[in-house]
Amino acid sequence: MKILVPVKRVIDYNVKPRVKPDGSGVDIANVKMSMNPFDEIAVEEAVRLKEAGKADEVIAVSIGAPKSKDVLRTALAMGADRAILIQTEAEVEPLAVAKILKAVAAEENPQLIILGKQAIDDDSNQTGQMLAALIDRPQGTFASKVEIDGDHVTVTREVDDGLETVKLALPAIVTADLRLNEPRYASLPNIMKAKKKPMDEKTPEDYGVDITARLKTLKVAEPPVRQAGEKVGSVDELVAKLKALGVNA
Amino acid sequence: MTALVLAELSDGAVAPATLSAVTAAAQLGGPVHVLVAGAQGAADEAAKIAGVEKVLHAGDAAYADMLAENVAPLVAGLMAKDGVGYDAFLAPATTTGKNVAPRVAALLDVMQVSDILSVEGPKSFTRPIYAGNAIATVESSDAKLVITVRTTAFDKAAAEGGSASVEAVSGPGDAGLSSFVGLEAVKSDRPELTSAGTIVSGGRALKDSETFAEVITPLADKLGAAIGASRAAVDAGYVPNDYQVGQTGKIVAPELYVAVGISGAIQHLAGMKDSKVIVAINKDPDAPIFQVADLGLVADLFEAVPEMTAKL
Repeated sequence: MKILVPVKRVIDYNVKPRVKPDGSGVDIANVKMSMNPFDEIAVEEAVRLKEAGKADEVIAVSIGAPKSKDVLRTALAMGADRAILIQTEAEVEPLAVAKILKAVAAEENPQLIILGKQAIDDDSNQTGQMLAALIDRPQGTFASKVEIDGDHVTVTREVDDGLETVKLALPAIVTADLRLNEPRYASLPNIMKAKKKPMDEKTPEDYGVDITARLKTLKVAEPPVRQAGEKVGSVDELVAKLKALGVNA
Repeated sequence: MTALVLAELSDGAVAPATLSAVTAAAQLGGPVHVLVAGAQGAADEAAKIAGVEKVLHAGDAAYADMLAENVAPLVAGLMAKDGVGYDAFLAPATTTGKNVAPRVAALLDVMQVSDILSVEGPKSFTRPIYAGNAIATVESSDAKLVITVRTTAFDKAAAEGGSASVEAVSGPGDAGLSSFVGLEAVKSDRPELTSAGTIVSGGRALKDSETFAEVITPLADKLGAAIGASRAAVDAGYVPNDYQVGQTGKIVAPELYVAVGISGAIQHLAGMKDSKVIVAINKDPDAPIFQVADLGLVADLFEAVPEMTAKL
């Protein structure tokens, strides 16, 4: 089977984002960018399924600026077979991303689409679910375990109460949670080989998808800053201050 | 504008997260209806929530496990119904809400507004982005709103005092795409993490699951607190993953949050920095957690925590 893995180029998760002084957004100029951490987990899972003989081709796809090629090369170096870049300078919302992915899925006909559960920039947690709705296929969100069994996939999901297991008819959409796996590092030889793997370039217009934003960002602000705290010298002092704050025990 | 709220159920009863979503829905200014997919008892319970005008009860077994493939078409159908449809759909930003709501949004061809912190106008909302390091104010241009609500950002509507009518509804039923196999629930006698007034949370410094339990549990018992953990502690297997507080785990805002042996990575702070009082115990004086802690103690947690437990 074929597996499609959408990946997103986002601000590196270790970087503390800075809000632009004019409130128009977060400053991402000259900031380290990387593959969204949840997408790395999605790529890893797809490659593992291929290594286990459950899949024969892994296709990575990204929608965004030309530099998104970098994250696609990372996916190829991790073991994806080929890549598709859908190039646009615009910020594309989850609904439009889902529509583009629907068109890609119609062309490629994957049996499984594995996405990250959310991107760490917009924190939306929507794209996988929306794609599943648009192509009318089942969804296994927040997956911590994925097992393919014939024409079904069994997904263990991280839910608020614990772990839930669902059985989905293939083709299906899975979104990866943190504990699905530990993504591998791309080795130098694999990084070199990835440069020779095919990468198609397209635009949203090629798929006839309107990417006009539905949500208008009116303002982006710093979160309220907490009052500077104090350090106490001993447990006694800490307990006394807590009791003064009304903590009863 | 009439709003439809998806009820979060826990063990067949209305969960507190529902009450926060009802408050957010009421701020949109119109009547609030609640959709209960489950037993009649839960629908009757929802009818008592203050401010709710009507409860829609979907009793079909296809909806009982909250499978998104079945619930989303039901909701989308109710939203789009001619003449009596809804202008807004709200779900608490629990794993259930996050699973179902975007599927509803796509069926209605609207962009969802995720995890709102406040209602600023009829179509504008604030929401956290970049792990809570920035707050965006966004305005929807869609005809219908689909929203998930950060439950810690809204007061809970009173669970008693309302007298809504209960109406049975039905939808397309089982889509035949998915089935529920089972739930491995983590049993706990402690307060539920997202609604607890006090939380004691442990990090990697706790060494292993035995030490975690030995150090954290007595303090949590003393404070009547829920127990939380950093991602490092969860990944190392000290506690199950539903204890995790942070961007990728649970978002909490208790009265008191005690962080023990937690350095305070951005992703952890995203889950707890709206707590009223934060206490940090860490032996590293430069740990980022001290930048948000109201009270910080630089000390070896293996000495300080038992001493604190004894003195409280």
